[in-house]
Amino acid sequence: MSRYYGALIVVAMGMFAVAPVLVANAPYESTMGLVQKIFYYHVPSAMMMFLAAFVCGIASAVYLFRKTPAADRLAAAAGELTVVFGMIVLVTGPLWARKAWGVWWQWDARLTSSLLLWMIFVAYLLVRKYGGPGSEKLGAAMAIFGMANVPFVYVSVNIWRTLHPRTSVVPDLPAPMMGPFLFSAVAFLLLFVGLLSARMALERARATVEQVYREADEGDEWERRGEE
Amino acid sequence: MFLRVAWLIVQKDLTVEVRSRELIYTTAFFAVSCVLVFAFALVREGRPLEDAAAGILWIAIAFAGTLALGRTFERERHTETLRALLLAPASRPAIYVGKLAGILLLMAAVEAVLVPLVALFFDAPVLARPMYLLALLVSGTVGFAAVGTLFAAMLVRARSRDVLLPVLLYPITIPVIIAGVRGTAALFQPEPDVEMARMWIAILGFFDVVFVTLSLWTFEPLMTE
Amino acid sequence: MLARAAESASATWARPVTFDFDRVDVCDLSRHYGRRRALSRITLTCPAGEILGLLGPNGAGKSTLLAILATLLAPSSGEVRYGTRTAAEAGPALRARLGLLAHDLHLYPELTARENLRFFARLHGLPGVDARVGAGLENAALTDRADEAVSGFSRGMRQRLALERALLHEPRLLLLDEPFTGLDDQSALALVARLRGLSARGAIVVVATHDLDVAEGVLDRVAVLRDGRLIAVDDAREGLRKRYRTQVAAASRT
Repeated sequence: MSRYYGALIVVAMGMFAVAPVLVANAPYESTMGLVQKIFYYHVPSAMMMFLAAFVCGIASAVYLFRKTPAADRLAAAAGELTVVFGMIVLVTGPLWARKAWGVWWQWDARLTSSLLLWMIFVAYLLVRKYGGPGSEKLGAAMAIFGMANVPFVYVSVNIWRTLHPRTSVVPDLPAPMMGPFLFSAVAFLLLFVGLLSARMALERARATVEQVYREADEGDEWERRGEE
Repeated sequence: MFLRVAWLIVQKDLTVEVRSRELIYTTAFFAVSCVLVFAFALVREGRPLEDAAAGILWIAIAFAGTLALGRTFERERHTETLRALLLAPASRPAIYVGKLAGILLLMAAVEAVLVPLVALFFDAPVLARPMYLLALLVSGTVGFAAVGTLFAAMLVRARSRDVLLPVLLYPITIPVIIAGVRGTAALFQPEPDVEMARMWIAILGFFDVVFVTLSLWTFEPLMTE
Repeated sequence: MLARAAESASATWARPVTFDFDRVDVCDLSRHYGRRRALSRITLTCPAGEILGLLGPNGAGKSTLLAILATLLAPSSGEVRYGTRTAAEAGPALRARLGLLAHDLHLYPELTARENLRFFARLHGLPGVDARVGAGLENAALTDRADEAVSGFSRGMRQRLALERALLHEPRLLLLDEPFTGLDDQSALALVARLRGLSARGAIVVVATHDLDVAEGVLDRVAVLRDGRLIAVDDAREGLRKRYRTQVAAASRT
């Protein structure tokens, strides 16, 4: 699959070029008007963020117990994408909220859970980068615990918030809106898969380079021994 | 067997701690300073902000807990005794349970100081529903310590371990903090909301079960490099 | 999941089947950290009744190899066989047959000598704890200071105690990492005598050191490591210093 990541990204880009047209043609939402249209980018990003987090968690578990390097590469790539798509969500969310509700941030269950998930995976990246040798395992533990944490975060923030008035964020979708939404969602999915494959290919290349360095080291030694 | 090993480790940690008393003194004092700092930050015109007492209590527990975890494993790292424990034919999860029990005892001692202090400074009715408060404290501390012990143990051989422990621990234990604070706040109200507290205790209990299990399960692979 | 964890825990601790072996085979062992090769395709055999020395300058990979032999570190490729089983196949019972004496000594400074030995004896689930602890203290010549905290001991005393701790469970494979550092001549001689005795009783002893002078007196065979590679394995005892000093010295100069 990873060989075609270039093609995937090109297709995704193409879809993104078309998407604004579809989005513009979609009907206006009754209460929020034009601003609501950010939803076509915001929600698929959120979906991709959760998907990436899920993939990272599963790959981490496989890596921790089976020690397959490929699983670790997948986890690293998915972890980064969680943070990337999370940033999109956390930027588009407040932009929308500002116009729709008048405030930049609201402590509602979904937004808070997303923020927390994002932070968990930022921590994941930090530990992978700064943990020193063996940090892949530490990151794997973080990803697994982060995944297990998601339902608890959601439930506790949800209950915490029901004591205060809550505005519904995602309305039910009428048919004319479903089309552009699905289109956008598919575009994001292709982008996600493409980026994931690209990142994994990069990691694989890095592993190969390290292997080559190690073998070059050994080659040097044989030369040296020949001289002795 | 399993429990015997865990018990041995707890006994050993307790003996070491009783001899030096380093951790209990420094952690308790740190917790008290925390409370003071937050008190100064959050008290206006002599009256604390609403629910400040509950929040401050749990923040102090979280901070003091992180410190205690860091120090406990730093001690093991210094003499490489963690390696000696791992070399024994004992099952690795038993080592985890032993360390966890030790941390819990330490935290219990610190909380025994914190709760009266919070009651004193913030006029919080800690004796209104003491059993519920106790249940909250126990289930919350177990959840926090369960994840904390695992992370602190796995970070023993890592670089930047001092800063990585809070970086990793706090996001995962946010549900514990939320549940602890909201539950305690419910109990501190003029009319203690027992229903609410009970619900939070249930959530904490569930969290404890899930994360202790997860920790037992992942401890072995995380301890071998 | 909880049931599974508990089940695996009790299965691994239930009176371990006495697992024993009479040789240790290192087969094509490698260990790397990213780009850096710590150990490169080491193949070695350690039979019982022999004291094998791992020689080499600092950074040669001696400690890494010892850690892998002690099952504390996993190899990147290759394997170690204890008799016919690998570490994974043998399970926790293998650890009952291993003893490690590393530079850090693995002693609790706040506990007394007796308490340290008692703790490890009970941790290993050994029968006759008091007798073993008493014997250990005697062997370490620390009976009169048994109830003093270890923090007050000299390096030599701590070393003796640490050795006894490593020997409490009568391991088949004894691994020592630079055991002669910081020892005065008398203590070093005593250690040599102790190792000889153990080896004569059928233990496999592996000593890592970069001190060639001491090595000559105690080792039966040497394996010379440099930059993670095994450059020589030799039986001869005399001329050790002459033959390998250049190799070892040259490496430490680079």
